[in-house]
Amino acid sequence: MAEIRVQDLRKMFGDFAAVKESSFTIPDGSFFCLLGPSGCGKTTTLRMIAGLELPTSGQILLDGEDVAFRRASERDIAFVFQLFALYPHMNVRQNIGFPLRCQGVSRQEIRQRVEETARLLRIDHLLDSPVSGLAGGDRQRVALGRAIIRRPKAFLMDEPLGTLDAEFRTLMCAELRALHNRIGATTVYVTHDQLEAMSMADTIAIMNRGVVEQLGPPQQVYDRPASLFVADFVGSPAMNLLSFKGSLDQGADKLALDGTEIVIPPLQEPAAGPELVLGVRPEHVRFTSEGGLRGQVFGAEYLGSTQVVTVDTAVGQVKARLPADRQLKLGEPIGLTFRPERLSLFDKASGRAVRSALHEGVPRG
Amino acid sequence: MADVQLIGVTKRFGKVTAVSDLTLDIGDGEFVILLGPTGAGKTTTLRLAAGLEKADGGRVRIGGRDVTNIAPAERDIAFVFQQFSLYPHLSVFDNLAFPLRSPARRMSSGEIRSRVTEVASLLHIVPKLDNMATALSGGEMQRVAIGRALVRRPAIYLMDEPLSSLDAKLRSELRLELKRIQADLGSTVLFVTHDQIEALTMADRIGVLDHGRLVQLGSPRRIYEDPDSIYVATRLGQPSINLVPEGLLPAGAPPAGAKIVGLRTENIRIEKANGSGATGKVEWVEHLGDQNHLHLQVGEQRIVTLASPDSDLGPGDQVKLSAVKPLFFDAAGNRLRG
Repeated sequence: MAEIRVQDLRKMFGDFAAVKESSFTIPDGSFFCLLGPSGCGKTTTLRMIAGLELPTSGQILLDGEDVAFRRASERDIAFVFQLFALYPHMNVRQNIGFPLRCQGVSRQEIRQRVEETARLLRIDHLLDSPVSGLAGGDRQRVALGRAIIRRPKAFLMDEPLGTLDAEFRTLMCAELRALHNRIGATTVYVTHDQLEAMSMADTIAIMNRGVVEQLGPPQQVYDRPASLFVADFVGSPAMNLLSFKGSLDQGADKLALDGTEIVIPPLQEPAAGPELVLGVRPEHVRFTSEGGLRGQVFGAEYLGSTQVVTVDTAVGQVKARLPADRQLKLGEPIGLTFRPERLSLFDKASGRAVRSALHEGVPRG
Repeated sequence: MADVQLIGVTKRFGKVTAVSDLTLDIGDGEFVILLGPTGAGKTTTLRLAAGLEKADGGRVRIGGRDVTNIAPAERDIAFVFQQFSLYPHLSVFDNLAFPLRSPARRMSSGEIRSRVTEVASLLHIVPKLDNMATALSGGEMQRVAIGRALVRRPAIYLMDEPLSSLDAKLRSELRLELKRIQADLGSTVLFVTHDQIEALTMADRIGVLDHGRLVQLGSPRRIYEDPDSIYVATRLGQPSINLVPEGLLPAGAPPAGAKIVGLRTENIRIEKANGSGATGKVEWVEHLGDQNHLHLQVGEQRIVTLASPDSDLGPGDQVKLSAVKPLFFDAAGNRLRG
């Protein structure tokens, strides 16, 4: 197992900077997600850690040793592209043991390690079954077993669940994380799916245009997005981002939105404007019949345990997450209030979050 | 717009029965979604309604007219496919106008223009009308594809996973829009998906399919809260419903024959406990931002519950669990209502 440190890593493809001066440390045994839209540089970063791509400049330290220019095969890293391809003519035991057979490990040791791996994945009762008859979940476990049996220093995974349907993906997320909890191997996981990242990672690095915009535990990234990009990318439905013209002084604790006063966490730096953006998570919106920011119900989406209600207001559409039993009529006039201590403020031009009391206190999560 | 009835429809492909004796009434102006995993018979049902497949048994009626033996073109339907196909050499306007220019319709160009503009504004693509179809983003292309169905005003829209090729953000935007447009126009829609969020948020009624059979039909709320079987219960809910052996947790008075208890994640009451009162242990906490999922170990059983992000429960904590609104099932997975 290993700590991975990435220092001032850069990658140019011709004139195009795919990765710009990234630095981060992945502690030994942690589950680290690189999250971002396509083209943000996350896969390039992963491929440089794996040794499949050479950096233009910078360092990659595996347990303190600079491996940036070593071959992939000399790094003792397992790269999982797709979890799900199995050798159809082999049974479970042969599939899991295959990487060891390739390395020329003795038969007895293969046997022992296959059984150990199978127990870890709770598929030891299936060892002598053909893979063709396996249920979907078991197939994934066999594929995983084939990756972990090598006991590499780290696992690198590039959207391994990308091709699965939603139901299965949720299941496999839980499975992967449970496995990580058992074996504690350093894992770097690339995805564009924020929910996958939120549900599995110890730390998320959110990348945009070759730059890591924010690095932190899921809850921190969610509660205190460092930029408009992060605020919009993490969370479903996304954070409501309400633009308004104006500037605020340091210490300000309220602002006006379409003439309605909104209380915010006291600012710790001035916000010069000229355009600012208030960020409100849907679950921090409350409905009120009197007062508040006025609007009309545009649509309601029932989700079982909750519902998401979209409201048209003078400052744009606002989505609110409410208990599922609240009955609403389309077009119904309604007032909105926001939970003051949870609101974010951004400078529109730079996209940067304005520091406020929100950023104080113990980081949760 | 019209009502649509499938009456005892069956379709076999060789030895496989893809759709089995399926009866479904879709009311005028109703949005019905067929939900099921791959191979459940959703798309075949849709194609039977469209006339793209010929039923081996049963009848199809549209607006009271028996169309079982009538060709697709004469059924007055519009089909939206998963993979949108636009005419690449035509502008957005011409793509939308295409179905109206069919010689059979004889619509004046003024009428075509107003119909196209109206649909384009519903779909927020008016500024793109003069663009070539190839110069659009994926989301815009799919809007045009949907728009091409909308200009027609058919008796029914048949939609086969029209949103599944879009990214998450666009999908959630179009979900809301599609539902609003359907309500505005009062259209009848039969829509097929394996995405439970689409089914929950858009449908007036959801039909759950299992191996070609319609196993439950009802409002999203009904299907979610009051499922007829374990199969139906596991179609909806994220994370999915917990299924535990009867007797594992205090769950009121189970009816005779109850073997399995279904507990939605939000229906497990959880308290911190110490020592003797504890029934489970927190294994790990998943922070999803708006809520936390607690992964618990209760005996041999893994359970997932919801907790507020402000909850202070953490890995290793002993907890006491009890069930709220438990759903009881027999050994075969059928619901037992007490």
